[in-house]
Amino acid sequence: MSSETAVWTSPSEGESAGAHTRAPVRKSVPLAVVRGAAFVVVAALLVSLPLLVTDYVLSAILVPVLALALAGIGQNLITGYAGQLSVGSAAFMSVGAFATYDASLHVRGLPLLVSFAFGGLVAGLVGLFFGLPSLRIRGFYLVVSTLAAQFFVVWLFTKVGWFSDYSASGVITAPKLAVAGFDLSSPGGHYWLSLLVVAPLTVLGRNLVRGRLGRSWMAVRDMEIAAAVVGVRTGRAKLLAFGIGSFYCGVAGALWAFAYLGTVEPHGLDLDRSFQVLFIVILGGLGSIAGPFVGAAFVILFPVALDQLGSALVGGSVDPGLLQNVEKIIFGALVILLLIKQPAGMARLLHIAWIRISRWRPRQA
Amino acid sequence: MFRSRVSTYATILGAVLLATACRSHSENAAAGGAPSAVASSAPVAGKEQYFPLQSYRVGPYAAGGSGFFGGFIDYMQLVNLRDGGVNGVKLTWSECETEYVVERGVECYERLKGGLNGAPVAAMNPLSVGIAYATIDRQTADKIPLITINHGRTDSTDGRVFPYVFPLSLNPYSEISAIVNYIGEREGGLNHLSGKKIAVLYHGSPYGKETQPIAELLASKYGFAVTHIEVPHPGTEQESQWLQIKRLAPNWIILRGWGIMNPVAIKTAAKVGFPVDHIIGNIWSNSEEDVIPAGPAAVGYIAITTHPSGRDFPVLSEVDKYVLSAGKGNMADPKRVGTGYYNLGINNGILNVEAVRVAQTKFGHVPLTGEQVRWGFEHINIDDNRLKELGAVGLLQPIKVSCADHEGGGAVRFVQWDGAQFKRISDWVKADRALLRPIIEESSTKYAREKGITIRDCDGEAKL
Repeated sequence: MSSETAVWTSPSEGESAGAHTRAPVRKSVPLAVVRGAAFVVVAALLVSLPLLVTDYVLSAILVPVLALALAGIGQNLITGYAGQLSVGSAAFMSVGAFATYDASLHVRGLPLLVSFAFGGLVAGLVGLFFGLPSLRIRGFYLVVSTLAAQFFVVWLFTKVGWFSDYSASGVITAPKLAVAGFDLSSPGGHYWLSLLVVAPLTVLGRNLVRGRLGRSWMAVRDMEIAAAVVGVRTGRAKLLAFGIGSFYCGVAGALWAFAYLGTVEPHGLDLDRSFQVLFIVILGGLGSIAGPFVGAAFVILFPVALDQLGSALVGGSVDPGLLQNVEKIIFGALVILLLIKQPAGMARLLHIAWIRISRWRPRQA
Repeated sequence: MFRSRVSTYATILGAVLLATACRSHSENAAAGGAPSAVASSAPVAGKEQYFPLQSYRVGPYAAGGSGFFGGFIDYMQLVNLRDGGVNGVKLTWSECETEYVVERGVECYERLKGGLNGAPVAAMNPLSVGIAYATIDRQTADKIPLITINHGRTDSTDGRVFPYVFPLSLNPYSEISAIVNYIGEREGGLNHLSGKKIAVLYHGSPYGKETQPIAELLASKYGFAVTHIEVPHPGTEQESQWLQIKRLAPNWIILRGWGIMNPVAIKTAAKVGFPVDHIIGNIWSNSEEDVIPAGPAAVGYIAITTHPSGRDFPVLSEVDKYVLSAGKGNMADPKRVGTGYYNLGINNGILNVEAVRVAQTKFGHVPLTGEQVRWGFEHINIDDNRLKELGAVGLLQPIKVSCADHEGGGAVRFVQWDGAQFKRISDWVKADRALLRPIIEESSTKYAREKGITIRDCDGEAKL
């Protein structure tokens, strides 16, 4: 941040953004009132979205964005806050999805949300297990451990038929979606279900990282020895990061499988998905709760937007294969440009833009 | 200062792009939910039938996608240019790139399902098991047929449980059964299989494992011994598997490969001295792309196919005459016309167009809804005479689809690589479908129970 730009940082933002100064709050309406009103408006908007947008936006855009954003939060707890490199998020998503499936299959009448929580818990335990090496090793060596989780989980679910109820092809199919008697099988229902799961977990995550545990994670991330010296139990903090982060990933996996695709196969959540979640976090903003939402929206929406723009501009006159490749090049170039210009991620970018807009005044004559 | 300005510009650019996405979609919704994608022939209002194409022309599977969708499009183009459409109803289509990625396929499905400029959707043909699995529920709810030619869920053959899913021509169970029947033929009769050893070298994925129970069933029925040997994805290293095969010394090997695994298997077989003409490749191990990288080691390799390569079929001459010569062919590389994937696309085109034609006999010569076209698929009856009319004798097997049987075929031809092309070495070899049907029904009724689906009464529907 250049010193000539006086950046305003509201108290809720920028825990990890390095040096920042608390700027004086402009006097007018009390901040709490503005915030409360904004919260109500945003919440009302989110809940009523299915009435405002098409099924396409709901079931092809919003639901996957929510699911991947949740996985991104999990990844961010592990990587962005606790500073532990992991490429196992898809494995934990996979565990969550299969555990949810098996729970709802073997326990008749189990409420959907309970089976989601169960899936998350199992994923959390698995994450805890694969996080054990973090007590001894760090950085790129730790990546190898989480990589092992990734390959092991795919292998396990392919090899052992019990997990997919001996379905010949190893693909599991979502049961009927209903919460408390409400049928959620419509696109709007899928969205509401995702919102119902993602919103509380986001608030929980936000509170977690601001609490004692979050502080200890950041202490471990910034300097582990110093953290240990001031009394942070670093091992416990790291394991909890893996456990809780994987819980988030597990629930996200269940959402991905049940609310979005309606099905999942072991290879559907492979290393590529782990990288995608990692990119979401890096693009959106490491060490931020809003970041994964921005990152997930970018990763899902941008290729679609580019695709539609491309076919609207030159569609028909260009070989479709060529057009697709050009779009991929543009997407990659934009990602590189973005990371060069704003390494702290898009959440930061939006934040700066917002501040510039909110501070804008017509120039005095 | 510079950085903040860039951030503002970047935000604006992002906002513009996203707005484009939303706007173009809302426009489409206004126009009956059609996409602003590559449209083909000039629109004739109210007289078009739309085929949305979830194609893939980039990514690791581009060879398959571009060949298949190229053949499919060329066939629809042929029907438009030669016959003026199906009884005057022109075919129209647009593409949406999936890269063979499931969620891209789902997004494309949602984007295209509303039709194009008022032309209703006939059917979806994703050519991807993953996408097909993910859209089964959506398509059943939206009443749009899902065509999974030669792939997809085996138990979706049971149309009583999967009313909108059609694994046309060949499902994985039929595939292995037909291969065993062919091996029996080569050994001098199925009763000579007793005491023989067959090894199945399979890709370490759900797809690779899928036929194991059927192979076991056939082994116990005919008295041969079957050994399953897994090759982990992607299969670039197979020394240990082939040493195991050498020790086992099987009479035949069935190769259930995928991608790079196939040429590596053929090469390693040559290295350990296993005769390549006793390896039988399955439906995803039968393309030119699977044998050419193996070089001379592949000469003599046998594979099954439902769509033999070659340009010597009358329908391909017609495509050449009406489409390619007119410069309207879809293939970027015209040399690929007549290869395996392209001819599968032609077959797929024939079956889709035939379904529309059949449905028109009941619902009139107008653009039809997905539900009506489904009726067409369920009444496809392509016999030898019809094959002759279509110019596809030997290219497509006789197919009779019904309410309960959504596969309709279940036969394959065997081809052998001679170093330059696949030579056809057998006529259509049928699977033992009566043996497979109870297993398929067991799986489909279990699915119906889990999902709470009411099983259709096919006999009752036929009387209506």
